[in-house]
Amino acid sequence: MKVAVVVFPGSNCDRDMFHVLTDVFNFETQYFWHQDKLPNNIDAVILPGGFSYGDRLRAGVIAANSPIISSVKKLANSGTPILGVCNGFQILVESELLPGVLLKNTSLNFMCEWTNLIVNNNNTPFTNKLKVGQKIPIPIANGEGRYFADKKLLSELKNNNQIVFSYQNRVNGSTEQIAGICNKDGNVVGMMPHPERAAEAIINPVDYKPSSLIFESLLKTLGVKN
Amino acid sequence: MPEFNVTAIIENKPGISDPEGETILNDLVLKSKNSSVKKIRSGKILRFTIVGSDIKSVEKKVEKICDELRIFNPLVSKITISANKC
Repeated sequence: MKVAVVVFPGSNCDRDMFHVLTDVFNFETQYFWHQDKLPNNIDAVILPGGFSYGDRLRAGVIAANSPIISSVKKLANSGTPILGVCNGFQILVESELLPGVLLKNTSLNFMCEWTNLIVNNNNTPFTNKLKVGQKIPIPIANGEGRYFADKKLLSELKNNNQIVFSYQNRVNGSTEQIAGICNKDGNVVGMMPHPERAAEAIINPVDYKPSSLIFESLLKTLGVKN
Repeated sequence: MPEFNVTAIIENKPGISDPEGETILNDLVLKSKNSSVKKIRSGKILRFTIVGSDIKSVEKKVEKICDELRIFNPLVSKITISANKC
């Protein structure tokens, strides 16, 4: 059971993610530099948050052309669970592993605050221990987090049950308050909020349990007893 | 071969909100008594210096680069490309 955390120039949540995966949930975790290839024995891939390439041109678009992305695509196509958080979500969208686009927040501000997510789809490798409708207190920290889907894409997302998380309240102008989506097969998930900053009691002032279920879902997916 | 300047303007498609343009309009231009201004759209300009045989071929080349590397996101943005000789 090996989880890859991909590091791009400008990633800054890779260590937090590594810590949660190894120290809290006992995953065997390894960093991979963006210029590397991923070996075939990887069981899950996490693209962490940060500011790859300083968000130049558009958040995630330059990292989406990194050599490692072809390995990520290969694993994604074979059904391996892939999670992109924040900048990782932006990279998944810009590499076309997930549909849609993440635009600047309506306020044009970098937003760093606690939000509440609502689970819409608990049929993914990262949500199978959560309940549909369950609330997750979790922080966001982004400037380009406004998910946009046009009418056609939105109806596709709804028909295929691809909306995984939505914000309980209007936060940043996202289409239908979407905070996270998955691909049609459900194995590739992207979310703007940061579960690695919310899955321990010491750093979550509200309730760490729902965020920890995101990681416990992956343990369940990979057949590890917790 | 001669050198050309190719300008690529990336802006949001009509109907896609542009909070930056709206802020410039509402909080700067209209507050300065310029009531004749009805709309402002913000965007990004990239200027390529590129060698090629003629204007059409360098415009096509830049268009191809912008498409292939997703220099603009076709879901929300449009691109306008124009070239002139250096």
